[in-house]
Amino acid sequence: MIKTEQLTKRYGSLTAVDNLSFAVEPGEVLGFLGPNGAGKSTTMKMLTGFVAPTSGTAAICSHDIEKDPLPAKTCMGYLPEGAPSYGEMTVRGFLEFIAQIRGLSGDRRRARLDDVVERLHLGRVMQQTIETLSKGFKRRVGLAQAVLHDPQVLILDEPTDGLDPNQKHEVRSLIKDMSADKIIIVSTHILEEVEAVCSRAIIIASGRLLADDTPAGLVTRSRYHNAVSMRFEQGVDLVAVETEVGGLPEVAQTERNEAGDGFTAFPADDRLLLPGISSMAAARAWPLKELHLESGRLDEVFRDITGGAAQ
Amino acid sequence: MTNIGIIFRRELASYFATPVAYVFIFIFLMLAGAFCFYLGGFYERGQADLLPFFSFHPWLYLFLVPALSMRMWAEERKSGSIELLLTLPVSLIEAVLGKFLAAWCFTAIALALTFPMWLTVNYLGDPDNGVIFAAYFGSLLMAGAFLAIGSCISATTRNQVIAFVITVAACLLFLLAGFPLVLDLFRGWAPQVLVDAIASLSFLTHFASISKGVIDLRDIVYFAAMIGFWLYANAVVLDLKKAD
Repeated sequence: MIKTEQLTKRYGSLTAVDNLSFAVEPGEVLGFLGPNGAGKSTTMKMLTGFVAPTSGTAAICSHDIEKDPLPAKTCMGYLPEGAPSYGEMTVRGFLEFIAQIRGLSGDRRRARLDDVVERLHLGRVMQQTIETLSKGFKRRVGLAQAVLHDPQVLILDEPTDGLDPNQKHEVRSLIKDMSADKIIIVSTHILEEVEAVCSRAIIIASGRLLADDTPAGLVTRSRYHNAVSMRFEQGVDLVAVETEVGGLPEVAQTERNEAGDGFTAFPADDRLLLPGISSMAAARAWPLKELHLESGRLDEVFRDITGGAAQ
Repeated sequence: MTNIGIIFRRELASYFATPVAYVFIFIFLMLAGAFCFYLGGFYERGQADLLPFFSFHPWLYLFLVPALSMRMWAEERKSGSIELLLTLPVSLIEAVLGKFLAAWCFTAIALALTFPMWLTVNYLGDPDNGVIFAAYFGSLLMAGAFLAIGSCISATTRNQVIAFVITVAACLLFLLAGFPLVLDLFRGWAPQVLVDAIASLSFLTHFASISKGVIDLRDIVYFAAMIGFWLYANAVVLDLKKAD
């Protein structure tokens, strides 16, 4: 498992990471969320032993990364931000180099190489030098390098940055496939990614931990959670409808949508809105185009949590 | 130990994967020959030895070795691959040694390719080959010391030009440590012991005897200690400043 205690990094007077403590168990995919400059990358650099913390500790597979770096590094794979590698090497040469450093040999080496090359679709670029590859391929070479030794702990700094939607989907399924018995930490500022792959999300801003919850749990913090949105055909008296819905005892307030063809009703005290509104809509025969229950909006929760810290 | 070998092979292969290796070797051989025949007066001396060849090596290395060493760590910093390398299960000292040995081996290859000089002198006369091999050995040792200085300085910056310029300056200081140009800087204020100590650090003085075929243990220890010291400093620099 991964465990950090009061992990702190200061650069002069700037505190990049401030007293971060958390633990991750096998089977968890932890999404590391935060605005740019929140300290996500610095935290990952400390977890992987590239940056020494100013104070506090981090342990990977129960090896302290500062006191006992080699065993800790052995049990993890790391994709640094921007997926750096050696541009003048061919993909094959680079992956062979990583395999050697990771101590893979014989059949296992061949099997692992075949596996990552197939999973990341690197087959047709194996003989190309890395500097001639597109951004998407470079990123996949970086991922291949990180997962080559089938590590217990996988730390990925923005793994889908620069990939097209198909490639993003593939990387996410790769992460899901590997997640069963591993610890995976993924940093991202793409919120849909958190909902797609993570079993848990940590939100940090200005180096401080602001939220630590499941994506579903975070979503319930949204004011849209259990709200009801509706859109109408043209010609309806929207003001009258909105006033009527707003008059229901379980509705706290209503808010017109951006398109101007409907509105969202927000619940008072977590009460259920859908039965009341839908029976009202049926009774009045409103020309509804759409009526749906909101589960909550992660981007709104994210702005709410991190925006407050920035001020 | 195996990690040193793995990094060594990767580094050495990367020299030959880019034009760096071929340009370096070509220029090195051209200059080594030109200095020897024109400035050194190889033919005019009428002696069957390679002294005019070896006596220009310190000056050749002064510019060519920093050109080789400047990229050793600065490029890793620039491209970000340093983060990859130092988060692999490799110790700092293994990474430093692997890279250094690859660069040193590369200079050894360049030096070995000057063998036509040796053939020429053997064809023309009857030189003392023991002296020549001692001089080759000394030249390689000196190149190692230059490289170790360059490697350490390269680790301090992500800018290869800065690494080059500072390495040239530092190497010049060590080359001329026994000469008034450097010593006068210290004579006015430093105690005589320090001035003597600085004078004894001169590359030229230590290389002079080896290039004449006199292998003195003190000279070998001197160069080995220089390499050891600078590589250790290299590891310390990296440890203090892995990220930018």
